[in-house]
Amino acid sequence: MKETMETKKTEIRLMKGNEALAEAAIRAGLDAYFGYPITPQSEVLEYLTEQIPKRRGVVLQAESEVASINMIYGAAGAGARVMTSSSSPGMSLMQEGISYIAAAELPCLLVNVVRGGPGLGTIQPSQGDYFQATKGGGHGDYRLIVLAPSSVQEMCDFVFDGFKLAEKYRNPTMILSDGALGQMMEKVEFPEEGSLPHQVPAWATTGKKGRERNFITSLHMEPEQMEEINLHLQRKYKTIEENEVRYETFEVEDAEIVLVAFGLPARICQKTVELAREKGIKAGLVRPITLFPFPKKILSDLSKKIDHFLVIELNAGQMVEDVMLAANGRCPVHFKGRMGGMLIQPEDVLEEIEKIVAQTVPLEAEQE
Amino acid sequence: MQEETLLDDMQCVYQKPSTLTNDYMHYCPGCGHAVAHKILMEVVEEMGIQEDIIGVAPVGCSVFAYNYMNIDMQEAAHGRASAVATGIRRVLPEKYVFSYQGDGDLAAIGTAETIHTINRGENILIVFINNGIYGMTGGQMAPTSLFGQKTSTSPYGRDIEHNGYPLKITELIAHLPGAYYVTRQAVHTPNTVRKFKKSLKNAFEYQKLKKGTCFIEVVSNCPSGWKMTPRETLAYIEEKMLPEYPLGDLKVPTQNKN
Amino acid sequence: MIKGTVLINTETCKGCELCIVACPQESLSLSQKINLRGYRYVELSQDNCTGCTNCAIVCPDAAITVYRQSKQNYKKAV
Repeated sequence: MKETMETKKTEIRLMKGNEALAEAAIRAGLDAYFGYPITPQSEVLEYLTEQIPKRRGVVLQAESEVASINMIYGAAGAGARVMTSSSSPGMSLMQEGISYIAAAELPCLLVNVVRGGPGLGTIQPSQGDYFQATKGGGHGDYRLIVLAPSSVQEMCDFVFDGFKLAEKYRNPTMILSDGALGQMMEKVEFPEEGSLPHQVPAWATTGKKGRERNFITSLHMEPEQMEEINLHLQRKYKTIEENEVRYETFEVEDAEIVLVAFGLPARICQKTVELAREKGIKAGLVRPITLFPFPKKILSDLSKKIDHFLVIELNAGQMVEDVMLAANGRCPVHFKGRMGGMLIQPEDVLEEIEKIVAQTVPLEAEQE
Repeated sequence: MQEETLLDDMQCVYQKPSTLTNDYMHYCPGCGHAVAHKILMEVVEEMGIQEDIIGVAPVGCSVFAYNYMNIDMQEAAHGRASAVATGIRRVLPEKYVFSYQGDGDLAAIGTAETIHTINRGENILIVFINNGIYGMTGGQMAPTSLFGQKTSTSPYGRDIEHNGYPLKITELIAHLPGAYYVTRQAVHTPNTVRKFKKSLKNAFEYQKLKKGTCFIEVVSNCPSGWKMTPRETLAYIEEKMLPEYPLGDLKVPTQNKN
Repeated sequence: MIKGTVLINTETCKGCELCIVACPQESLSLSQKINLRGYRYVELSQDNCTGCTNCAIVCPDAAITVYRQSKQNYKKAV
């Protein structure tokens, strides 16, 4: 299911997630980055302010996240390949601008290095912005394409994928990361610089030379027109749902209890599956990679043959609702989460699995 | 008939600029926005820069500016026009870029963007239409509304103790080193219109020099919001607005520039 | 005086009267008739237009086109 990178990988480095993301953006042909410092992702801005003047592109520290997202809108409308990043409270400030970008159908890459909330919260990692990323955040009927990395390598790869998807669909695309992934260091292989060429699109506002003028707007006062625009957007999202679902599975073929987790918790769950199997429990894992479009089909198919889903998230229960919708009552969906920046350990997840399995009265005698 | 023979003898000395579209303008009769649009587009036509210019329209009565100006344009969220213009300017360093904003957009919700864009000396022109009221949303008080001015949200007249002072944002930003050319103009008489046109030409010439932000405030009217006929607004501008917002240059580039 | 005249787009005119105020010759006035949008439009009601363009300059709707005798023709006529 996972797409392979066709670009040549040429450099291997040991890097922090935030910096790997920034380096990937430059190699992917970033034209402009506008952002504002916020822990735990300020390294993205810092790396780019240091590197971009030596390589190519534009980088500017804006006066706020509100200003950043509007600079992104302007530059994207002018045909540039653009990215911004922030963390939860800053992402909240960007929501108005994101709604405008989605409505005006401008491509851009957004990165949310999620921290514990709500409010000012903590700087520790969390997954509490799943709803914000996948269900709106900003006003109106729009969707972001959302990619959830679970390794520093994916922090790099998803930048390339993110730009491709954003430009293919003229839609803002988000990398939903977290504070731990942003800060941890792992080996990462980088594609060649310039391996993702970019053409200024015909609809961009570059000055009306030899053509009719272009304008970028999201204002449509006539309800008939506004509905048409919305129907168009919905058709686009449907196409995205039909073509861009990505996920990974681990040991689900004969699984009786399937863990569902995204991002770093998925790696914890993968370890847990191994531990569970050692104890004779037929556990498996589904790791959604695209949170929108959500991998409903695999979960729906599994719900017909497994006994339980156990959803593990670093929040109060957000993706679990989408898993429930996919399962549609065919099998129970359990949840365990940690909040406030607390991480979960494989042993804790295993304990939860054992509790669930122990409560089940199996049809065949398959007790320990 | 008589007209024809008259015309045979005459040359056309003034007509609508070709850079304005043929769309019927939604502005109220006598609105200064329409005059400002027309003069801006005249300057674009005369300088031959229609193909090299991008404008940013605000939220406010002039939200539909892009329907009238036959150039590439972007619509911005309320208050964010100068940030959007910054984004455009940073990726298109050789084009002409301007934002066109009202008093709510520039001096209320957009104050941070206004100050920081100018503080960076962003190489754009900001056209600031100041009519002391929020026209589009039905005539509410603006930061630039005058003492005692009655609006839909200051029904007893603007009161300093409750609402604070009329905000002289132009005087504030003129102090910033990033502001290259700051001037206050008007468009209610033939003379003021001619001077406004000159200030626009200056501003676009200065953009070629890349020395900082040009800022033109236009003291304008709002017949509907002020609850006056267009004729009556002329007197209100002269007697009430201009003493508070005096016309003239607040900052001009020094002579020895290269 | 140099002769001039104006052509007013009566459908675009909104009867705001700013041109009437701006005209130094008092050549313009509001018509008794109304256009399709319900505005009384402005018309040239005197013969003394000099083509100074003041009216057209202040017109918000760019509804006025101004014509003026060339200096040549004026000198001939005088």
